Amino acid sequence: MRRNFSRSELIAVGVIALLGLIVLPALNSAGLISNFAINLWGKYLCYAVLAISVDLLWGYTGLLSLGQALFFSLGGYMLGMHLMLMIGKLGQYKSDLPDFMVFLGYTSLPTFWQPFRSFLFAALMILAVPGLLSGVFGYLAFRSRIKGVYFSILTQALTYAGSLMFFRNDLLMGGNNGFTDFKLLLGLDLRTPGVQRGLFIATVALLLLVYLGCRWLTMTKFGLVQRAVRDSETRVLFSGYAAANYKLFIFVLAAIIASLGGALYVPQVGIINPSEMTPDKSLEAVVWCAVGGRGTLFGPVLGAISVNALKSWATRAYPDSWLIILGGLFILVVLFLPGGIASVPGLLARTMRRRKKSDEPIAAVPATAVSAATEA
Amino acid sequence: MRKPLLLAAEGLNKSFAGFHAIRNLNFYMEEGELRTVIGPNGAGKSTFLDLITGRTRPDSGTLFWKDETDLTRLNEYQIFRAGIGRKFQTPTVYIDHTVFENLLLSLEGARGVWANLFHRPTKTQIDRIHEILGLIQLSAKADTKAGALAHGQKQWLEIGMLLAQNAKLLLVDEPAAGLTDEETHRTGELLLSLAGRHSIIVIEHDMVFVRQISLGRKVTVLHQGSVLCEGSADEVQNDERVIEVYLGRKHVRPVN
Repeated sequence: MRRNFSRSELIAVGVIALLGLIVLPALNSAGLISNFAINLWGKYLCYAVLAISVDLLWGYTGLLSLGQALFFSLGGYMLGMHLMLMIGKLGQYKSDLPDFMVFLGYTSLPTFWQPFRSFLFAALMILAVPGLLSGVFGYLAFRSRIKGVYFSILTQALTYAGSLMFFRNDLLMGGNNGFTDFKLLLGLDLRTPGVQRGLFIATVALLLLVYLGCRWLTMTKFGLVQRAVRDSETRVLFSGYAAANYKLFIFVLAAIIASLGGALYVPQVGIINPSEMTPDKSLEAVVWCAVGGRGTLFGPVLGAISVNALKSWATRAYPDSWLIILGGLFILVVLFLPGGIASVPGLLARTMRRRKKSDEPIAAVPATAVSAATEA
Repeated sequence: MRKPLLLAAEGLNKSFAGFHAIRNLNFYMEEGELRTVIGPNGAGKSTFLDLITGRTRPDSGTLFWKDETDLTRLNEYQIFRAGIGRKFQTPTVYIDHTVFENLLLSLEGARGVWANLFHRPTKTQIDRIHEILGLIQLSAKADTKAGALAHGQKQWLEIGMLLAQNAKLLLVDEPAAGLTDEETHRTGELLLSLAGRHSIIVIEHDMVFVRQISLGRKVTVLHQGSVLCEGSADEVQNDERVIEVYLGRKHVRPVN
């Protein structure tokens, strides 16, 4: 059990913090980095937070959750509700109500929307709603000892059910259009580059916090039990640990992490709708995690950024075949690079060492001995 | 006054899809005993351990721990917490953890989520782990991943994990499987050194090993899910019925 952060890791985290929190935003305000780029990277980093939440479950606990997009979207929806109310009379219908409610014929704000006028309440709900949902779902699933592929299928069904529910207009969450056209956050105009820059900085800070927090977790004895559950749940049970409690803790934690990522994602992309919580969105997050390298924490971050950068390029260059590219990438990684991008440096180092070793003895063997051996 | 019964199984039955694995089994054990259980394949030995440790529940019958706790009502980790530890037939260790971490996870102490978030091993605990590492002769391998150990070393690590738990009753399923003769003998000595301080049930096939650890102690023979006979190793080995169930014909000594 490594009890401390290694020096190289701390330096890497420090450099990224310096870049993300100070250098890049400064370059952006000086006009050297476009607003588009800052916005795009803010989005990638939100995805990176989502990918870490997948890895915490899949890579570290052996729970392949295909429902993380649900918690990501819920976080987005919770902040979205607040943002919708902050539009005020600036909307199309010049009403205090969100546009979609006016369109549906509502004249007053439904009760459950009322408290979302408060930012603090919305912030609390970003934590509470996914936390409660994952808590209840996880409690039932883990108590019944649902594991492996059955757990994956159930989580996938959960997010699918969520998307179907949010597609309905009478849930009063905007139906298939979801929430969009946001104007203000904490009194600041969301459409200005300065606020977008602030959101980018907040995203970098969240990612760093989540990364460091999860690293700390993996170094505790809890982290040891967590990985033991992944490798041999039977042994864990017969060593006196209630494995279900550990899984529940991680499932709730991962849901809250995903939700925080989603909450920062929505004001940066300016829209949230139910298509964000369909099962294929969860699957994409699993692919980021696999491509980057599960079971490491920086792997999913690398995966989320690289796959999404590839996606940004491929959806423009080959709009029809993007999904085939993504699927192909997943298959290639699973077959040929099971450790993902994160394992590449280690693999290279090993090949180098092996080459060095195999070079020496061959050079030491006299030429006659080699020819004799080949003849024999 | 008789010693208190540590474990009392009465009228246990367990079927799997029509196969009667445990049939009206009665088994009593006193505190501090080292009991060896033998029996041909399919006699129900491992199933019996599964019933004690809560891996499966009996169809009928009672299973009492210290005359008061009904084990059939508890789950695996509650039974562990009551003081029963188990070593599996195939070594079951955490392959991606180091040997040291395997023992740390097994060490007696708090098992809850919150306690383990902020747990730091104390000096005493670390010393205890090193002491066990010495006992199971894995001191040099403390920082090796358990998955990289040889089969015999994994067997020993799992026994070490049982020691770390400091369980009252140790259930040891085929500790000599896959070990060399010398390793088997050392395993026997290790178990003998624990007898008295812990109560132990050993399931084993290797009769040399059974003789080694059961000297002057009781051996229980299981057959078709119930107790065929009990006695010293010599007695059961010369018992006509035991010879018959092991070899299917009379007047041939069982194994060895």
